[in-house]
Amino acid sequence: MLTFANRNTKEILRDPLTLFFGLGFPLVLILLLSAIQANIPVEMFEIQHLTPGITVFGLAFMTLFSATIIAKDRGSSLLQRLYTTPLTPIDFILGYTLPIIPISIAQCVICYIVAILLGLNITVNILYAVVFIIPISILYIALGLLCGSVFTDKQVGGICGALLTNLSAWLSGIWFDLDLVGGAFKKISYSLPFVHAVDMERAVLAGNFAGVFPHIWWVLGYAAVLLILAVLLFLRQMRKQ
Amino acid sequence: MDAIRIEGLTKKYKDVVAVDKLSLSVQKGELFSLLGVNGAGKTTTIKMLSCLTHPTSGDAFLNGKSINKDAAAVKSLIAVSPQETAVAPGLSVRENLELMCGVHGFTKEKQNAKISELTDLLGLESVSKKKVGKLSGGWQRRLSIAMALISEPEILFLDEPTLGLDVLARSDLWDLIRSLKGEVTIILTTHYMEEAEALSDRIAIMKDGKLLICDTADKIKEAADTDNFEQAFVRIVKGVAK
Repeated sequence: MLTFANRNTKEILRDPLTLFFGLGFPLVLILLLSAIQANIPVEMFEIQHLTPGITVFGLAFMTLFSATIIAKDRGSSLLQRLYTTPLTPIDFILGYTLPIIPISIAQCVICYIVAILLGLNITVNILYAVVFIIPISILYIALGLLCGSVFTDKQVGGICGALLTNLSAWLSGIWFDLDLVGGAFKKISYSLPFVHAVDMERAVLAGNFAGVFPHIWWVLGYAAVLLILAVLLFLRQMRKQ
Repeated sequence: MDAIRIEGLTKKYKDVVAVDKLSLSVQKGELFSLLGVNGAGKTTTIKMLSCLTHPTSGDAFLNGKSINKDAAAVKSLIAVSPQETAVAPGLSVRENLELMCGVHGFTKEKQNAKISELTDLLGLESVSKKKVGKLSGGWQRRLSIAMALISEPEILFLDEPTLGLDVLARSDLWDLIRSLKGEVTIILTTHYMEEAEALSDRIAIMKDGKLLICDTADKIKEAADTDNFEQAFVRIVKGVAK
C-alpha cells in the first residue's frame, strides 16, 4: 500500500498545476485580500479572520487532486493492471487518501507562515489549527475520491475544478458574512460542511475551543458519510472494471 | 499438463451473451492466441481468467486454482498487460517497475535484481530514468510488458500487445514474446492475423462469444481449405469453411 501511496504522491507533486493551485493560489489570495484590508479595512479580511478561511478554501484543490488522479488512473487501465495484483480495496483507498493529507498540512502550514509574515500573532493556537485541518482535509479528500470514482478526468476538471471550488467558496462564509444574505442561502450554507469547517478553524485560532462545537460534528459527520460513499462507489467501479 | 482449463465459462451482460459456454485448455509453456472480430468475447474471457470480472456461470482453473473459489491464488500466478498501455505516466520507467515490485512485496535486493534483469531483457536501460508520459507508444508497450513480468507470473495475459505500434516496434515485441515462450504460459489476443500465426502454438477463433475452432495455425488453414491464414480466419468466422 505504501508503494502505491508513494506513487500517488509523486504523480501529484510532479504536476506543476498542483504547486500553483495547491500552494500558490491560496497564498495569492492571502496577499491580495490583505492588501485590500490595508487600504479599506474590513473585519472579514483581518489576517486572524481571513487565514483560517483560506486554509479551508485551499483544501478544495485537494478534492481536485484526489479526483483527478483516480479518474486518470481509471481511464488509463493502470487500475485494471493493479486490480490483478495482491493489492486489496483498502490498499487502494488508503493509497489515494494518505498522500494528500501531508500535502494539505503543508499547504496549511505555508498559509500560516505567510500570515505570520503579514502580522498574525504567533500563538500555540496556530498549531491546533493545523491539527484541526486534518479532519477537514479528509472531508475534502473523500469528496475527491467520490468524484474520481464516478466521473471521467475531463468531468472532474469541470465539477471539482470549477463547480465545487465555487460552491465551497460561496457557501463557506470566507468572503462575506452569511448573515448579510441570510434566509435560504444561509440555511443551505449551514446544512453543508464548508462554513462549519471555516467556523471551526476560526474558533480554534482564536483559542475559543468551546466554539469548535457543534461545527466539528458537522465536519466529522460529513467526512464519515462522504468517505463511506466514496469507498462504496470506488468498489462499485472496481467491480465494473 | 494444463496451465489453464476452462469449463463452460459464460458471461452475460443483461441480454448480451459476451462469452457463451467456452471450454478449452492451454498447456504449460504454450503460447495460445485468442482471435476474433470486435465483440467476439476475447477481452471478456481474459477479464474472467484474470479475476477482473466474475463469470455468470462455469469455471476456469489456472494451475488447478479456481477463478471462482480461489481468486487470490489465481492473482498470485498471473500477470496482465491490458489492451491500453497501463503505466503511470508521471513516473520514470524505473519508478514504474519499482511500483510493481512494491505491490508484490519484493525486498529491496529482489527489487533491484528483478529491475536489472527486466531492463536488460526489454532493452529499457537507455530510457530507465525518463518520464514515461514522454516516451513513444513502443517504449510504453515494452514497459507495460516488463511491469507484467515483474511478478514472475506463471501465466501471462497479453491483450493486443502490439496495437498501434509501427512495424519495427512490433517486430521487436514479437522477438521479446518469442523469448518468453516455453518459460511462461502466454495468452495473447490480437487483431493481427500474421502475429497470431507467427507466434502461436495454438489459436482459438471466437465469434459472438462462442469458440469456433481451436488448433494450430496449419490445421486451421487446412480446415478452411486455404494456404492463407487471414483467409482461413475470414472463412471460419463467416461460416464458409469446410
